[in-house]
Amino acid sequence: MKLRANLVIGGSLFALAILVGLLAPWLAHTDPVMDANLMNAEEPPSWTWWFGTDDQGRDIYSRVVYGARVSLTVGIISQLINSVIGVALGLSAGYFGGWWDDVVNALTNLMLAIPSLIFALAIMAVLGPGLTSLLIALGLTNWSFTCRIARASALSLRSQGYVQAATVLGYGDLRIMITQLLPNMLGPLIVIGTLGMGSAVLSEAALSFLGLGVRPPFPSWGSMLSEAREQITTAPWLSVFPGLAIFLTVLGLNLLGDGLRDILDPQSRSRRT
Amino acid sequence: MTGTPLLEVEDLKLDLDIGSGRVAAAEGVSFRIDRGETFGLVGESGCGKSITALALIGLLRHPLSIGGGVIRFDGKEIQHLSAARQRDLRGNRIAMIFQEPMTALNPVSPVGRQIAEMFVLHKGKSWREANRLAVEALASVRVPAPERRVKDYPHQLSGGMRQRVMIAIALACGPDLLIADEPTTALDVTVQAEIIELMRNLCAERGTAILMISHDLGLVANVCRRVAVMYAGRIVEERGSADIFRAPSHPYTQGLVASLPRLGSRAALGRGRLQEIAGVVPAITNFPEGCRFNPRCAQATEICRTVAPGTDLLEAGGLVRCHHHA
Repeated sequence: MKLRANLVIGGSLFALAILVGLLAPWLAHTDPVMDANLMNAEEPPSWTWWFGTDDQGRDIYSRVVYGARVSLTVGIISQLINSVIGVALGLSAGYFGGWWDDVVNALTNLMLAIPSLIFALAIMAVLGPGLTSLLIALGLTNWSFTCRIARASALSLRSQGYVQAATVLGYGDLRIMITQLLPNMLGPLIVIGTLGMGSAVLSEAALSFLGLGVRPPFPSWGSMLSEAREQITTAPWLSVFPGLAIFLTVLGLNLLGDGLRDILDPQSRSRRT
Repeated sequence: MTGTPLLEVEDLKLDLDIGSGRVAAAEGVSFRIDRGETFGLVGESGCGKSITALALIGLLRHPLSIGGGVIRFDGKEIQHLSAARQRDLRGNRIAMIFQEPMTALNPVSPVGRQIAEMFVLHKGKSWREANRLAVEALASVRVPAPERRVKDYPHQLSGGMRQRVMIAIALACGPDLLIADEPTTALDVTVQAEIIELMRNLCAERGTAILMISHDLGLVANVCRRVAVMYAGRIVEERGSADIFRAPSHPYTQGLVASLPRLGSRAALGRGRLQEIAGVVPAITNFPEGCRFNPRCAQATEICRTVAPGTDLLEAGGLVRCHHHA
């Protein structure tokens, strides 16, 4: 199999982001919260301060490195919640059909009709800011596409010979859904999942930017951007580096999703064999 | 034969919901299969043979439904069993193999796992034990190197091998009845013969009865002890399989037998036309009055156009549904 450029680049960027997040305590030069020193305030990038310092003299590089933890946690966990909800609803709706399908469809349409960021804002307003409520808000608002895909796959897989064969062999509904349908729709779901992670990272940035995400002084890429916006003309490095981190992570996830779509697509798979 | 038959179907009626009402896709279907017996159901596409099989395993789905009659399995009526009870029967005591070995296996699961799942599902075995039994099951259907093959995915196997795997899955739990719906239609002729032979031997060894469904009269007569011929939703003739070739009784069966090409005949040598049955099968919504075969039947008389024939017992053994049977 030919290795695809988007898969390699996307995978490396995502892996790099995860590594940075995991190794943050060793990679960071200073503590991202405590090591404020007004003597070093607003230093431009240099050999000492790779990404410069902010108005309280905190090392931007260290804050970006620690910020990866928040952004990736939110991206991965909230998308996992979305995937579980979307797959459970979509798979069962497509498999059972009938009134349950109607209910799930109505719910999906409702979710698609409301801009998810607005919905997440509403949930955050109820739950209050913080990492947990961020995870819940983003985890509850972006499952509609996963649900659509799972439902469509279940509908088309339901009439496959092996699904009917499983019914004839005495498999129960749950067993059919888990052993026959789910593994066969995993390809598109993984793709949707990685793309969804990218958008969750962006949503985290947006919500933190609005002050609803992770609470200062703890760094997240979105909240760093938010704090930096007043100094964008005087100290552009404050916004450039967290922005770059978001950009590269989302780019990596999207490339990874595209690459996975290429190799997991049944058509390209049958072309290989 | 003594004792309760394994399967008894009495006056089964299958309804098709066509929106504006219901029509009988099959009616008056009656037959019995004894333990270890081989029974064939023959007919052309749309005659109702496959939906009869689906009714037997409780898998008729809208727009089809059972409109009447009784299905008795091992002496117990099963047509009104709960979904869970029917599921216990399926795969465990009644198994089925399909005509499409290419699509009947889950493409993302190793074949060994698919066989093993039957032991876990119906016999409550542990996965370790089930995996060991899967190797044995694969060996029993004469798949070479079964301990390596269990790890293969369906796309790594040929059509014949896949059908062997299907048979291994179907027979895994030692069912009493194996329903084979056109089991070899999708296979090469040489592979067909092997698969049929394998199926017949395995079932004979284990005392499993076979209900074989096919459009191929020759194949069915070769495998089965008794054959029922279906036409337009009714069984028109039921005979021992040797008799059905030697002395077919119903005009439709006579037409079928006459239309088989024979070695050495003019048609087989390319110098004459094959015999055919004139006309076409009536549409399900438009079955003719009286005997459903009457528009195509050379022997049809007035009574055939008005009165549906009952089932007559033949002296030579067997049943026929015709006013003028030989």
